[in-house]
Amino acid sequence: MRASAWSDPVFRWLCMICAMLCGLLMVAFFVQLAFASGEAWSEFGLGFFVSTEWDPVRDLYGALPSIAGTVFTTLIALAIALPLAFVSALFIVDAPPWLSRLLGQAVDLLAAIPSIIYGMWGLFVLVPLMDRLWIALGVDNEYGGLGLLTSGLILSLMILPYICAVMRDVFRMTPPMLRESAFGVGCTRWETARDILMRYGIRGLLGGIFIGLGRALGETMAVLFVAGNIMKVPLGFLDGCTTIAATLANNFAEADGIQRSALFALGLILLVMAFAIQVLAQYYLRMTSAKRGEK
Amino acid sequence: MDTQQEPKTKIRARKLSFFYEGGHQALFENDLDIPERQITAVIGPSGCGKSTHLRTYNRIYSLHRGQRAEGEVLLDGQNILDPKTDLLALRRRVGMIFQKPTPFPMSVFDNVAYPLRLHFKLSRKEIEERVEAALQGASLWDEVKDQLRKSGLALSGGQQQRLCIARAIAAEPDVLLMDEPTSAIDPVATLKIEDLVLRLRERFTIVIVTHNMQQAARISDRTAFFYKGRIIEVGPTQQLFTAPKEKKTEEYITGRFG
Ligand SMILES: Nc1ncnc2c1ncn2[C@@H]1O[C@H](COP(=O)(O)OP(=O)(O)OP(=O)(O)O)[C@@H](O)[C@H]1O
Ligand SMILES: [Mg+2]
Repeated sequence: MRASAWSDPVFRWLCMICAMLCGLLMVAFFVQLAFASGEAWSEFGLGFFVSTEWDPVRDLYGALPSIAGTVFTTLIALAIALPLAFVSALFIVDAPPWLSRLLGQAVDLLAAIPSIIYGMWGLFVLVPLMDRLWIALGVDNEYGGLGLLTSGLILSLMILPYICAVMRDVFRMTPPMLRESAFGVGCTRWETARDILMRYGIRGLLGGIFIGLGRALGETMAVLFVAGNIMKVPLGFLDGCTTIAATLANNFAEADGIQRSALFALGLILLVMAFAIQVLAQYYLRMTSAKRGEK
Repeated sequence: MDTQQEPKTKIRARKLSFFYEGGHQALFENDLDIPERQITAVIGPSGCGKSTHLRTYNRIYSLHRGQRAEGEVLLDGQNILDPKTDLLALRRRVGMIFQKPTPFPMSVFDNVAYPLRLHFKLSRKEIEERVEAALQGASLWDEVKDQLRKSGLALSGGQQQRLCIARAIAAEPDVLLMDEPTSAIDPVATLKIEDLVLRLRERFTIVIVTHNMQQAARISDRTAFFYKGRIIEVGPTQQLFTAPKEKKTEEYITGRFG
């Protein structure tokens, strides 16, 4: 006889405790961040969101440059990674089996590269490359290749494998007959992928996009190296910038008092952003599934 | 049926052989004439090559790596197996309906409008008119005219299949290929689709694969019997079912195998 008679309830309790711990942890993060940032909120109020100051001498802190940098780098990363992931997934799915496997694994390996490596590569290879490119093109290039666009590029490489993997699955899992129907009405491969496969796999695609989005939002190391860490709202692609995560990593070590509190406030904002994206994703998926008549 | 004038041959298959990946031969030198604006039924036991044969008429097989056809398939005298064939134009002329309804993941309206937008430059009004005409043509208009914005996936199985027929006829093809279009559909909806196919006969050349011999007998003008990749017998449907010339055909239609 197996020991299920006594182990089953124990196992059940274990599972429940673990599940509750996860939930509690989430709440604890929020509470801790809210507490630790209390001083900053009461000092700066909602003005914290729109202030562009970051002045340890006068102890004035604002979140706008970090928020803007986070949002812009993430958007750039998505704008680059989405079409790239789309075409590479399409190519990988349609390639002969050996090539398909090879390329698929190559893309998957991208996901295994630690972000610090991306950061180093970005700093020592990509940044000088960009610098030379802008000089060659005669573009005004104040930050020497650092900045918004370079950060977005690095981030796009980091999220590409996630999005690509999901898109590959979406293309593979579409019923063959649906694919053939699309070709049957005279679609090209491209039109089939864009108009039929994408719509059919919208849930999976969004899932992949949100995984990528979440990763891009919170990414620290890679961006830290190439953003320039400039506490200004970036107004052009070549402007130096910072992100919430980079600001935190750069400043915590020597911060105390209200600066420390302001950093916790930034952390809270990042957490809320990540959370909001999850909720939006869920909501959107429910909306679209209702609209597509699935129940 | 009406024999006073020989109908024109729309599709002429000559020595058509077909190979799947790895060289597995599925069709052996098929010769078949498909008369214009008639219904040709293709029958035969499972795995005999009915679908394979049909799938050469719109070159849908060329999607798949390693599949290859030999011989000729002449559509209005043009060999469509020629590598230079414009496949997109071919598929506008030769529509296909599949074993299961395959509505696109979009609204009822867009399902029908999609191929129109693909092939023609039309104004919004023209598209609306042609969508309505196609849905009328597929006997679906009355059922969906108030829910054109609804997802095509939300319709019943029989409605979905008629939606696919509307989608196929929207671009005004010459030929409709149907591969067991009612095999996934309940009997009542099947009768509706059979009626529809009979009405479409006036406008389109139809080739329909079916497992259901009553269906072949009910709707087709001519029937081709396939067996192990070869065409054993072709003839007017009534004659093939009442007085088959070949022993194999007789065995099959009397239900001795298959
Ligand atoms: N994708 C494929 N790869 C390899 N062989 C295939 C493939 N599809 C079909 N075949 C083979 O080709 C032959 C003919 O198949 P086909 O699908 O044309 O038969 P069918 O008459 O349509 O059968 P059914 O009535 O079951 O639909 C069979 O021997 C089958 O195993
Ligand atoms: Mg078949």
